[in-house]
Amino acid sequence: MRDVAVVAFAQAPPVRREERRNEVEMLMPVVREALDACGLRREDVGFFVSGSSDYLTGTPFMFVQALDAIGAWPPVQESHLEMDGAWALYEAWVRLQHGDIDTALVYAFGRSSPGRPRELLALQLDPYLVAPLRPDTISLAALQARMLLDAGLATEADLAAVAARSRGGTADVEALLAEPYLVSPLRRHDCPPITDGAAVAVLAAGERAAALRERPAWIAGIDHRIEPQALGLRALETSPSTALAARHAGAFDAPVDLVELHAPFSHQELILRSALRLDGHVAVNPSGGALVANPLMVAGLARIGEAAARVMSGRARRAVAHATSGPCLQQNLVCVLEAREA
Amino acid sequence: MTTGDVLSAPHRLSYPYRRSVGPVLGRFLTGLREARIEGVRARDGRVLVPPQEHDPATAEALDEWVPVGPGGVVVSWAWIAAPLPGQPLERPFAWALVRLDGADTALLHALDTGDPEQVRTGMRVTVRWRPERTGDIRDIECFVPEQPPVKRIDTPIALDYRYTPGLATSRFLRALAEGRVVGERCPACGKVYVPPRGSCPTDAVPTAEEVQLPDRGVVTTFCVVNVPMSEHAIEMPYVAASILLDGADIAFQHLLRGVPADQVRIGMRVRAEWRPRPEWGPTLESIACFRPEAG
Repeated sequence: MRDVAVVAFAQAPPVRREERRNEVEMLMPVVREALDACGLRREDVGFFVSGSSDYLTGTPFMFVQALDAIGAWPPVQESHLEMDGAWALYEAWVRLQHGDIDTALVYAFGRSSPGRPRELLALQLDPYLVAPLRPDTISLAALQARMLLDAGLATEADLAAVAARSRGGTADVEALLAEPYLVSPLRRHDCPPITDGAAVAVLAAGERAAALRERPAWIAGIDHRIEPQALGLRALETSPSTALAARHAGAFDAPVDLVELHAPFSHQELILRSALRLDGHVAVNPSGGALVANPLMVAGLARIGEAAARVMSGRARRAVAHATSGPCLQQNLVCVLEAREA
Repeated sequence: MTTGDVLSAPHRLSYPYRRSVGPVLGRFLTGLREARIEGVRARDGRVLVPPQEHDPATAEALDEWVPVGPGGVVVSWAWIAAPLPGQPLERPFAWALVRLDGADTALLHALDTGDPEQVRTGMRVTVRWRPERTGDIRDIECFVPEQPPVKRIDTPIALDYRYTPGLATSRFLRALAEGRVVGERCPACGKVYVPPRGSCPTDAVPTAEEVQLPDRGVVTTFCVVNVPMSEHAIEMPYVAASILLDGADIAFQHLLRGVPADQVRIGMRVRAEWRPRPEWGPTLESIACFRPEAG
């Protein structure tokens, strides 16, 4: 395996509604910031790969238009995933294993605000027997939360405590529990906000990484796994795919001092903590996590980027980043990042 | 329309998707059209509903079909107070994962209970079929709570007769229609019976002497009724009292009103309250009730 590292990360400030700029206008300054951070010229990037969903704004081939943000002339090597940018980063890591190029730029963008993400995400489910019922994201997450509560693994107060912590401890659990249900057993604070955003990560292999950055965030392991697609086929209060991906990524091989979890719903943080065997000592989501900013298609890549940024800045030595897809944690990616002695 | 310095307009994206369903989902959907549900058996023996085309563990093709449902158990649920467009019901309902009888996995659908208080994990539910079915998951309109097993049936009877009370009781009833109470005295022991049956149960001789009785007396015993015993709407609780009229030797039962149930006592003096004169008839109901005597 070639050693690959994250050498730069940048993101647009997540906002509730980006109405002035289009996707390209939103992305361009973020691409520039990431390239500048590691001193890489755009024309020297070996591979570009993006994660986004055209359904978010209902604009077919938006992902092609978005290429304008990186400049695709003369022609570039490029790929796209209709997935969170975390999986684009995985593809970049795989592409760098080929050995013929040394750098890759991963970008992700998502404007959720023009549509109704809670409803449109139903279309990513089984189109034969599930999507026709139009089960919205919050309702499906609520079914998962109920199973966690019924299993005795958490209480509604535990969920509210996750929400309070994500907000920097400014919210009072008792006050949160006094709020009405949105879709029982979930309240508004258990659910992510609608967010628009964009993020960019630059990857480099081997010596090139060391040359671009004094302290790269080396990818010690990365893996992603998926659950059976039928929701009724498994115990939703667990996340075997996260545990499996974590094991294959080497997350359990050595202690970590930082974890970034992609848990859009409060109860999902508890499920993920269990799957990743986290005790109370490790710092989880110093970024605030997806409960405070959840730009779709971006939030997973942002977890990797936030963790990498802390490794690059020396605030963390070994970190685990997680990304998810699906309202009930159907697909999960785990990436272990670490600093290395020069 | 503008939003600040940028333009803005409504935009709808729609595609008329038509999907081939294949043999497995095709058989499942055909079953739904015929109001039956089938699952498919996985290699580990579990029955998967909805059916999967391939084994979730081994990826082998699956083709052993098993009838399931229509009853089942709620595995998880989430109450949606404000349903969204296109969802199974327009009124508030519970999303539910339902494990149908005979199945080992759960099916996602709506559960119609009207009220989140009526939903529990583990509750039994059954399918409500849509009357017009086309072979679609929405042929199941929703699930509804299953009615409990039959443990009781109602078998009311009604028989028709002509009732005749006999001579002595007829005299008693006729007197009531005139606002009077009459008893009859036993010629042997001298006891006065009211209502009279025409005989003395002690001496087995006909009673003969009619005795005019007052419409007042004392409570000899009573009970407080908390269970409705007849279809007559009497407000609960009420007091049924045995009342011994002055000059009578036998008490008869009537309704006691005008005193709280917990203040009735044996020996209490009471007096009949007659209905308005036009309502008098040959019946004890000419007396509406008894009430405590004033003073």
